[in-house]
Amino acid sequence: MIVAQRKTIPEIMEIVKRHDKILVLGCGTCVTVCLAGGEREVIIIASALRMASRIAGHPLRVEELTIERQCDNVFIEKAAEAIGRNDAVLSLGCGAGVQAIAERYPEKPVYAGLDTAFIGVLEERGVWAEKCAACGSCVLSQYGGICPITRCAKRLLNGPCGGSREDRCEVRADRQCAWQLIYQRLRGIGQVDRLREIVPPRNWSSNLDGGYRMILREDHRI
Amino acid sequence: MIAGPFEPKIVAFCCHYCAYSSADLAGSTRIQYPPNVRIIRTPCTGRLETEYFMKAFEKGADGVLVAGCLEGGCHFIEGNLCAKRRVNYVREMLAEIGLEKERLRMVNVSAAMARPLADNIIDMVDTIRKLGPSPLGKASPSRKRETVA
Repeated sequence: MIVAQRKTIPEIMEIVKRHDKILVLGCGTCVTVCLAGGEREVIIIASALRMASRIAGHPLRVEELTIERQCDNVFIEKAAEAIGRNDAVLSLGCGAGVQAIAERYPEKPVYAGLDTAFIGVLEERGVWAEKCAACGSCVLSQYGGICPITRCAKRLLNGPCGGSREDRCEVRADRQCAWQLIYQRLRGIGQVDRLREIVPPRNWSSNLDGGYRMILREDHRI
Repeated sequence: MIAGPFEPKIVAFCCHYCAYSSADLAGSTRIQYPPNVRIIRTPCTGRLETEYFMKAFEKGADGVLVAGCLEGGCHFIEGNLCAKRRVNYVREMLAEIGLEKERLRMVNVSAAMARPLADNIIDMVDTIRKLGPSPLGKASPSRKRETVA
């Protein structure tokens, strides 16, 4: 899932200060699961904004709404009336959600209330970790299902770097060494021989080249 | 109408298994505590969500007291520890909002600790009195003193 975290209340106040009536719009998908922008966070952030604005002497009228998915036009439609009633939208969706709402309502200011962080998983209660860099050309099959691009601090494809201590990364000692994990995993599934293959320099055109990426599926187009 | 002295309005979320019982015990043993607290019984402090505290402050509470079981003594094993972390989170958020974080406090008592609970309430009322009324409260500082048996 996409993992995000809320901006601080002073940051959000600064963003919305030119408006009197705002809609805090939550998203019922990824950001609900990572406890950053779901229905409950909408209640909390809306309440915080109402209080902060009253204390600052410029009371905001804040409406609350959460839709199923902000990155999908079918669900965005359900927010149309509420968006129309307000001066601006504070989206608690991920970056994709914020932009989808903004594209759909060109005359309405739409702001991000969250900082979208990464694609990751819940490791344990209250702890999320990045797992995928969305690089566009997946190498997980070569590395036993552990991504060196995301989880090795040096993004080495022919690791390890030699700097790790026990199973800890030398860049950040509180992180595990991805290459240690890769080795253990490949040994566990009897595929250590994969590490004998030298992986050539990666072609980054699937990620950092030519502007934003698009996928076209002719078989699904009308 | 003459405005009286500031009487803090404090919402006290009390766990059914400890603080609520000790408040009851305080009553039956005639231990006095200020009438500024409005006690709300909760099944466990772990049941208290962030939004409950936010709503209490938004509706004008001058302070919020969370009274749970002694650490290690929660009827539901670790509800009070969850509440402690949640209270700390909201205290930081209050500071972001522009409210003093001292307006929200968690205390731990057992069902037999009527005197310590009363002392905690007295201390909380004292703290809030020093901080003054919440800027989110009603305009009038005059609030009639009530009596508690």
